Amino acid sequence: MDAKNGCGLCKIAVENVSVVRNKETILKDVSFNLHCGKLTALIGVNGAGKTTLLRSILGEIQHEGEVFFEGFDGKRLSKITIGYVPQHLNFDTSSPVSVHDFLQASRTIRPVSFFKPKKNSYSINESLATAGASELANRTLGDLSGGELQRVMLAQALYPTPELLILDEPLSGVDCIGSEQFYDSIQNLRENYHISIVMVSHDLELVKQYADDVLLLNKEVLCFGSTSEVFASNAYKQTFQAGGDF
Amino acid sequence: MSFVYAMLEFIFPFDFIEYNFMKNAIIAVILITPLFGMLGTMAVNNKMAFFSDALGHSAFTGIALGVLLGVKNDLISMVAFGIFLALIITRVKASKVASADTIISVFSSTSVALGLVVLSFGGKFSSYSQYLIGDILSITTNELLLLFICLIVVTIIWGLIYNKLLLISINEDLAASRGIKTMRIENIFVVLVAVVVMLSIKWIGILLINSLLILPAAASRNISKNSRQYMFLSIFIALFCGLFGLIISFYTNTSAGATIVLLCSVFFFITYAFRNKK
Repeated sequence: MDAKNGCGLCKIAVENVSVVRNKETILKDVSFNLHCGKLTALIGVNGAGKTTLLRSILGEIQHEGEVFFEGFDGKRLSKITIGYVPQHLNFDTSSPVSVHDFLQASRTIRPVSFFKPKKNSYSINESLATAGASELANRTLGDLSGGELQRVMLAQALYPTPELLILDEPLSGVDCIGSEQFYDSIQNLRENYHISIVMVSHDLELVKQYADDVLLLNKEVLCFGSTSEVFASNAYKQTFQAGGDF
Repeated sequence: MSFVYAMLEFIFPFDFIEYNFMKNAIIAVILITPLFGMLGTMAVNNKMAFFSDALGHSAFTGIALGVLLGVKNDLISMVAFGIFLALIITRVKASKVASADTIISVFSSTSVALGLVVLSFGGKFSSYSQYLIGDILSITTNELLLLFICLIVVTIIWGLIYNKLLLISINEDLAASRGIKTMRIENIFVVLVAVVVMLSIKWIGILLINSLLILPAAASRNISKNSRQYMFLSIFIALFCGLFGLIISFYTNTSAGATIVLLCSVFFFITYAFRNKK
């Protein structure tokens, strides 16, 4: 991944996305644009449809409306690379899998247990360095702390180089130091790579500190704009200061 | 074949090697045990010990179906039924209508009972009881060729799906988000296990086959820190216990399969004492 590379992408547009499940409206006419090099935070009360929106962007669930990707020249791209960091990785912590094994398994078909190609090691070390996790390469996955594991998950999401990076509450249950290290890595990504980043977070202080734009959601878009605009809006005050279930 | 025999006589300069049945048994062990060591790593990772046990026990039904359908080579009916059962258990398990152990238990009990009923019809079960403990000394050169082909084919497929299986074993949703067809890969894996288990049952025995799949990997997992250590140690333990278990059984006049498995369990307890403590 070259520093300050152009991703070739102008915007990711979500237009009139609606999701209805069992006759219940989960999302209604959600529209917004995401731009390269910006971190957009997705906030809202529990059950607002944040994860459903992420899964619609990932193409994992059926929805009405469109999610499309437009290049600098205005042409629509049929497909972009999306990196995904889940909320929490449930796995058997006694499994003998090193961080290097885990990252190598998602980059090559050569079986991890027989080969350790140098070419892959270079790219793995690069992703780990970008995610601030260089020292973790030879650690066993099950021995990592919550914050360390999320930085490794960030490293796995960086290959192949994504145009859109989705972080689904990546730091729930992670301690303060772990959170800061993770956000430092995200800052580094945002400043040095033209990646659009969407992050669901319940930590409004961190959102205030790190996000460029904020989308306030409650089945529909209540407010979308720069962080300061959204935090000053009536919709934000009504949602969070009236004691919403957050 | 004479070249291979001469090699074995050179490597094992002991009196047991004078017998051709021992030479064949050693070749069989060299061909079978690495497969079990290899496949066992993922069977243990995916918590499939009970599944492979059910698969082994279903061999009786495979033989019974062969008898009913008039298939002369019971190996064909066993492998076919093993693949069928493995795929159907995986499909039902994925539908999450009941817990995995309940589903496996239902299929296992049904297939064992069905097999025993058919085979014991008219009091003829005693002729099939050899399958319970197996007899590796009875293996023929043609069967060795079949095992050799199996080793090559399974190793190639294993190499192609290993990384995907590893990601699925860590987290299925994450694997799916990276574009892996999880169901397809799991199906290929259970078919590989079914083929290897069914091909080996005649020589290892229904009662012990699952132990040979699970114990070397479980022993290796106790002390491994990464995938390479895990795989190579598992293969080494399976091969070492296979060869020495066979030789010990020759001198002690005991069941080869049982002696091999007993050695594997000794390895498990030793590695358990030195396991990676969290």
